Formats: sequence, structure tokens, C-alpha cells
Amino acid sequence: MEKTPENASQAAAAPLKLFGSWASSYTHRVQLALRLKGLEFAYAEEDLGNKSGELLRLNPVYKKVPVLVHGGRALPESVIILQYLDDAWPETRPLLPADAFDRALARFWCHFADDKLGPAVGAVFASTGEDQEAAVRQVHENLALIEAELRDGAFRGRRFFGGDDVGLLDVVLGCGSYWLAVFEEVTGVRLVDADAFPLFHSWLHDFEALDEVRETIPAIDRLLEYARGVRHMLLGLAGAGDAAASSTTATPTEAPAAAAPPAPAADIAVDI
Amino acid sequence: MAAAGGGGDGRQLRVLGAWPSPFVNRVRMALHLKELEYENVEEDITNKSELLLASNPVHKKVPVLLHGGRPVAESLIIVEYLDDAFPDAGRAVLPADPYERAVARFWAAYVDGKLHGAMVMALMGTTEEERAAATADVFAALETLEGAFTECSGGKGFFAGNAPGYVDVALGGFIGWLRAWDKITGAKLLDAGRTPLLDAWAERFASLDAAKGVIPDPDHLAEFAKVLQARSSGAAASN
Repeated sequence: MEKTPENASQAAAAPLKLFGSWASSYTHRVQLALRLKGLEFAYAEEDLGNKSGELLRLNPVYKKVPVLVHGGRALPESVIILQYLDDAWPETRPLLPADAFDRALARFWCHFADDKLGPAVGAVFASTGEDQEAAVRQVHENLALIEAELRDGAFRGRRFFGGDDVGLLDVVLGCGSYWLAVFEEVTGVRLVDADAFPLFHSWLHDFEALDEVRETIPAIDRLLEYARGVRHMLLGLAGAGDAAASSTTATPTEAPAAAAPPAPAADIAVDI
Repeated sequence: MAAAGGGGDGRQLRVLGAWPSPFVNRVRMALHLKELEYENVEEDITNKSELLLASNPVHKKVPVLLHGGRPVAESLIIVEYLDDAFPDAGRAVLPADPYERAVARFWAAYVDGKLHGAMVMALMGTTEEERAAATADVFAALETLEGAFTECSGGKGFFAGNAPGYVDVALGGFIGWLRAWDKITGAKLLDAGRTPLLDAWAERFASLDAAKGVIPDPDHLAEFAKVLQARSSGAAASN
């Protein structure tokens, strides 16, 4: 269909509904982006242990949150949704920069966040002992790469990755970075040292101070309680990993893999 | 009308690649669809050049696009970059409509996440069980893509409709491997009985000028696969 001004604005005016989970950083990304763009939306909380028929119908391939429904059409996968919001509302607070090369850089580091940093953080959370130490080193290596880009690379001199205002990469990295402090508290492991990663640390501080972010990220005590519960379950599944692990009511359904976030938590919050 | 993409004004395009890589293949296909001239630089991935390591220090992988010397890495990011940087060149790879763009990105990501991952395991898994389970995953992914083709093509010849686009290029990079698979493992991936639409699409796509000279010969890939398997557990595969 030819995109005329009439049907573009009709399309834009159609209602938005987000299916998500309160602890899911992927859900937070979409909520934040919608708020940044000043878009109203309805929200449906999914119980990830008992997913609704509607969610499974809307996202049959992955069966995950978030899914954004716009004018009856379903959009899954958070980074795809974020780019859709930019494509459909290009005039309002764009998440991606205008320059082609800068866009490629933003996309590259978003992919890095999801493909490398997120799983590494998840691995810290899911492991103990030597495995955890190795996972922590991996997180530090990944953070060092980002710190280097902030210091003298693609993002030098910027307050946010997007420049003076937040952009795609801020939303992707930011919605999940609050888990770092939570995981540090729950596991007793230091992940983001302000001395080792000063620019990342100050970026995160500025990000978390934004109104739209404060509206989106759940209260720290809820996140802590949630994380403690997940950690107990993960250590229970890991079996011989740690003598301090409490027994859980969860039945281990798959072999523990220290390097990968386990399935129950994978689509919730363990990844950044 | 071919665009004069290169020239000595510092805007020339170079691709650091390797002939067996499905990710390199798709970048070259996109360049051809957009009628952009470029220099194809063949990397020996067992002995990566300084240029490659400097251009993609984070992943150290092919493909890398150099545009006036500036590097862009990750094949799908490169394809989007080409549309962004050369909006008037040849044909746009991504559709204009926001929802259709989202659908295209979804299926391209599916190819990378589900199909590619399973193919690697099916070839390189260390146990028979792992390889068999991964092979089942490959077949399942192809069936899902068969359904996606119906959903996306609207009865036309390509995922993008009348002319090839983003998903065609994303999956098109894999045609060489899909065709070579039965020489390598005995399992036939492109099968008119099981996935007739994909089978017909692969023939159609492979006969395009944009695909000619890019899709590797199945015998060459079969030989290459043997080398990969022999080298086994290392980080040998290019991506």
C-alpha cells in the first residue's frame, strides 16, 4: 500500500498494546521507548510461567515478551520493535541518528549488548566459584570495550550514546544495566567498578536519572527480591556447584550450562 | 543502470570477505542488487590480515565493509548501511513500510539465530547426538521459513514480493551451503517434497545476476567443510 500522508497518520493513530513482564529488561526497553516518544499504550502483564493463549498466538515463533501490537499487527523482538517505533514515528525524538555510519555503529553495539555482554552477565548470575570468576572476567572485558568507545572511540565526549539525548543504544544498554547493581548485591561480585569504568558508570547514573527511565524501571527492592529468588533456583539447578545453594521446588529440566543463562530466566531479566 | 559506486574520491567500497561465508555472500548479493561497485578482498581466515583485525577488532570476523576506509561490520548491519548510505542506488533492499521492515528484520534475524546456529551444530557438534538434534533443528527452521515465505511473498517469487529484498539476501547467502549439505552430510536440505516454495525460491534467486559469481560451488564447500570438521573445536569458522 502506498504510504500517503492520510494512511500514514491513520496508521500512527491506531492503538498500541504491549505484552510484557514486569521484570523483563526487554519489556522495559519498549516501555521506555514508548514513553520517550510520548506514545500512549495499553499494557498487559504476562505470567511467564503460564503464558496466555494470546501471547502464543501473537508470537508463535519465540513465544516471548515483549510483543507490541499496533493496529492489530504484532511486533516481537525488542530491538526490532524499537526500530519500528522510529520508522513509524520518525519526527518524534528519533532513537537512531540520521547519519548512516552512526546508525551502523549504534546497531553494532546493540548487537554486542545482546550477543556478548548480556549473556556474560547472565553467566555471572547463573554460576559460582571458578566458573563465575571466568564469567566476571568476560563481563569486564566487554565493559572495557564499551568504556574505550566512550573514552576515545565512537562515543567520545558524549553524555549519552545517542549524543545529548538518549538513543537506541542507551535504551538497549540502559534497560538491563540496572541489573548489574542488583546482581552485585545478590552474588557479592563486583561488576561495575566506578574506578575501572568511570565513563560507563557516569553514563548509567545520568540514564537512571531521566524521568522516563525512573517511570519504567521497577523499584530496586522488587528487583532484589526477584533476583534472589532466581539465584536460588539457578543454584538449585546447578546441583554440585555450591554448598550454600538452597534447595528449590523447581525440577531441573535441563543440564546446567554455566556459560549460558538458564531457560527459566533467559527471557525474563538475566540478559542486559 | 549501473551506479558508478567507486572512483578515486575516497568513497570507494571494499569488502573483506571469504568465499565460503554465507554472511559475506549476502553482503555481496546486496551490493549487486544495489548495483554498487566494490573491491572484493579475499581473506584467509586462518591467517587474518592486519586490515581485517584493525577493521573489526571486537569480533575479528568477515565480512567487513570499508567505505572510504571506514569499517562497518556484521552482515545485516552492513546491508542496512548500504540502504542508508546509498538510498538512490539500484533498488532498496529493505521495504519502505515500517511494519514490513519489522517483518523483514524479524525473518533475517531468524535465519541468523535459528537456521545458522543449527547448521553449525549439525556440522561441528562433537557427538552424534548433538549433530542429530541440530539436524532436526535445521529441518524445523527450514519448515518455519517455508511458512514465512508464504506470509511474506504474497504469492510472488521472492520473500520481498516481485523483486528480491532483505530476507531474500539474508537467506540467499546460505544457498551454497543448503545445496552442498547432502554432499557433506547426506541430508538434503532443499527438497521440493518437503519445502517446495523454498526449493523454487532458491533456484529463482540463484539464477539472478546478483547471485551469480557469489554462490559457492557445492563441491568446493564440501571440501571446505571437511577441512573445518578436521580442524574442529577451534574458532575456525568465519562468520
